[in-house]
Amino acid sequence: MKEIVVLSGKGGTGKTSIVGSLAALAKNKVLVDCDVDAADLHLLLRPVTREKHDFQSGQTACIEQDKCTQCGLCQEKCRFNAILNYKVNPVSCEGCGFCHYICPAEAIMMKENLAGQWFISDTKYGDLVHARLGIAQENSGKLVALVRQKAREIAEKQDADYIISDGPPGIGCPVISSLSGANLALLVTEPTLSGQHDLERVIGVCRHFEVPAMVCINKYNINEENTQNIESYCRARDIPVAARIPFDNVVTEAMVKGLPVVEYSREGVYREITSLWENVTESLK
Amino acid sequence: MIISVASGKGGTGKTLVATSLALSLKDSYRVKLLDCDVEEPDDHIFIKPDIDKSETVSIPVPIIDKTKCTRCGRCAEVCVYHAIAVTDKIVLTFPELCHGCGACSYLCPEKAITEEHREIGVVESGTADGLAFAQGCLTVGEAMAPPVIRKVKAQANTDGVVIIDAPPGTSCPVVETIKNSEFCILVTEPTPFGLNDLKLAVATVKELDVSCGVVINRVGAGDSGVEDYCRQENIPVLMTIPLDMEIARLYSRGITLAEGKPEWRDTFKELYKKIMEIVIERNRCS
Repeated sequence: MKEIVVLSGKGGTGKTSIVGSLAALAKNKVLVDCDVDAADLHLLLRPVTREKHDFQSGQTACIEQDKCTQCGLCQEKCRFNAILNYKVNPVSCEGCGFCHYICPAEAIMMKENLAGQWFISDTKYGDLVHARLGIAQENSGKLVALVRQKAREIAEKQDADYIISDGPPGIGCPVISSLSGANLALLVTEPTLSGQHDLERVIGVCRHFEVPAMVCINKYNINEENTQNIESYCRARDIPVAARIPFDNVVTEAMVKGLPVVEYSREGVYREITSLWENVTESLK
Repeated sequence: MIISVASGKGGTGKTLVATSLALSLKDSYRVKLLDCDVEEPDDHIFIKPDIDKSETVSIPVPIIDKTKCTRCGRCAEVCVYHAIAVTDKIVLTFPELCHGCGACSYLCPEKAITEEHREIGVVESGTADGLAFAQGCLTVGEAMAPPVIRKVKAQANTDGVVIIDAPPGTSCPVVETIKNSEFCILVTEPTPFGLNDLKLAVATVKELDVSCGVVINRVGAGDSGVEDYCRQENIPVLMTIPLDMEIARLYSRGITLAEGKPEWRDTFKELYKKIMEIVIERNRCS
């Protein structure tokens, strides 16, 4: 079984549209949406929820006002400036518990956070494991690790050939959590200077965690000179460019219809995405 | 006046709006642009600043003095991030998991724990043709963006107009970026993905009690879902930008709308005026 995670560095390069299409093209796989704070894959795969679970994670300090003597020690020691006027600001509290341990009046309790929910769903294309991080909640990395682990359990049970994972943008905590230990990172980029800058940083993260990378240049014809620059950058680092996909409004039309673009139309980008998937599977053999 | 620019969904045009708004206002106001998308900071590509100051961002992590440590296990017990493990023979620290709260060193009964600074990123500042600028940059391989964001935001404490470019998403880096803003511009696109993530972004700014308005980018493709939603929810649509290959090509070359199509400067000034009216109205009511 091989796990493929789709990342990009920069947001909005087309990760989810590509994953939606790979879901339709790949056989015998489990799907997972690791972009837990702005998940969109469900809009293409139309899941029917089979299981729904709460995600309890982290804690928030709470001062019991009737016990508090207003000595101010907690305010002085909190390094996240989360306590003001003997009240905790839950948005700033990182749940470290320092205040709880040092309060001389034992007036500070730590409360478990309901940080989100996660789901196992049926789709036309196979099982999908996905999640929703609560509004303004922390620990997206832990929720990502959880959905990945559930996807792996299902894939093992079903003897699946692939886990295909839609990753978050950026290079921080949820990206690292999506990437570590995967068999391949498929990096979707666009030929803009920011697309290339962000690609270089996410390639750095792949190197750091020793995950092989492949690049897909989406909307390549927006700037062909930049496309060539990205290709030579990749060539110099032995990173294969698995596909060049042209800009095509059909991708947006398919999204509006709630369908993977390869299912919506056999015209336009169908050919490039099909050959992308062939190149990906070939590289994993 | 602190205005943050966020989106939920990535790639909708936050950087385009933040940079062009800053450049359009800089001749009339004292303006500072802060790039808080520290995982992928891109504003510098567009405004090409002269960086004259660079400060490292670090987290205080524990150092155990083995001669004083009795392996009592108190540090591991209080560390909720599992950054310390204690066995009969040895104390192990995992600095990359440490949030730097300081509980272990304070609570160690033997006073065997001191702290050293572990670098996780850098904050750079400078100017670009009269526009003050700062950006944070998380070191590749590091997980924790919020401490870097906090250090960039320390520079928001100034008169004039501060424009903050936020990261995509709705989790802790976004919350850290937009909290305490007086207004948040939410940039979206007229597609089902844009709408889904806009709803999450709106819920986030409401949670933080920040006023918001929407800019819709690439109007012409997609559907009317975003507009319908904004009307139903009474969220003002402050500006629209059409789907235009010329704008996309300028962007691909690292050229802002304010420079590549200077006629847009007035539209961005108008955007600022609308925001000011909303903020003044809100302050008057409260």
